[in-house]
Amino acid sequence: MLELALFYLAAGISLVSTILAVTRVNATHALIYLIISLLASAIIFYLVGAPFAAVLEVVIYAGAIMVLFVFVIMMLNLSPAGEAIEHRWLQPRMWIIPALFCTLLLAEITYMLSRGDNLLMGHMVGPKAVGLELFGPYVLAVEIASMLLLAGLVGAFHLGRRYLTELREETS
Amino acid sequence: MTEVVVIPMEHGLLLAAILFLIGLLGVMVRRNILLILMSLEIMLSACGLAFIVVGAHWGQADGQIMFMLILAIAAAEVSVGLGMLLQVHIRIGTLDIDLASRMRG
Repeated sequence: MLELALFYLAAGISLVSTILAVTRVNATHALIYLIISLLASAIIFYLVGAPFAAVLEVVIYAGAIMVLFVFVIMMLNLSPAGEAIEHRWLQPRMWIIPALFCTLLLAEITYMLSRGDNLLMGHMVGPKAVGLELFGPYVLAVEIASMLLLAGLVGAFHLGRRYLTELREETS
Repeated sequence: MTEVVVIPMEHGLLLAAILFLIGLLGVMVRRNILLILMSLEIMLSACGLAFIVVGAHWGQADGQIMFMLILAIAAAEVSVGLGMLLQVHIRIGTLDIDLASRMRG
């Protein structure tokens, strides 16, 4: 029954932090709550028996994609006035709720890892099964995903390059 | 410890549906483009959660593969979306999407 309690705790953290992320006025605070929501989703993935997807969720979603948002927020306020605004926004009391959620999630993952293999939740589908399936019947989907990522790369390069050149013309 | 506790699939799907609804509400209510993109991320992540929960219920790897494809879609979508956000910012000077409602505004 403790496993179910872990699941409902992670689900509750995910719901609350997602609601907080959507309702924040400040984009930086929304980003923090969104990252916590994704970390809670990763815990749920681990709990239902998908450890590889949990790792991908942390590395790609909470890592790479959220870093893109952070870069854009950094690019949008490059001036000293923006720095002053950031300083006003990032007060210590803003960190209480995210830190609390993160501590709860950390306690959950520590408990799960200390339990080891005893925490078997239904059907565990490991990375090996996923990889065999991915490069077996689904190899065409992998190719389509690679083309999609190439298109995203080219599009982002095109749009971002024009932004930088126009910004340079505007300042000079 | 031989008993295997299975998380009910319905609760996982309910969580995914609620997360998707929160993301949808965010897309419809918020007027900041950055927040709209974040809400789109929430919706995609909720879809991935639904796939993972269903795949784990039947012990198949297909759910995780669909999650990986959703991950690729999210990465491509957010990179292009943020590039367009930068274009809107340089042309209109704000992130309010209501001011970008006309093609030649």
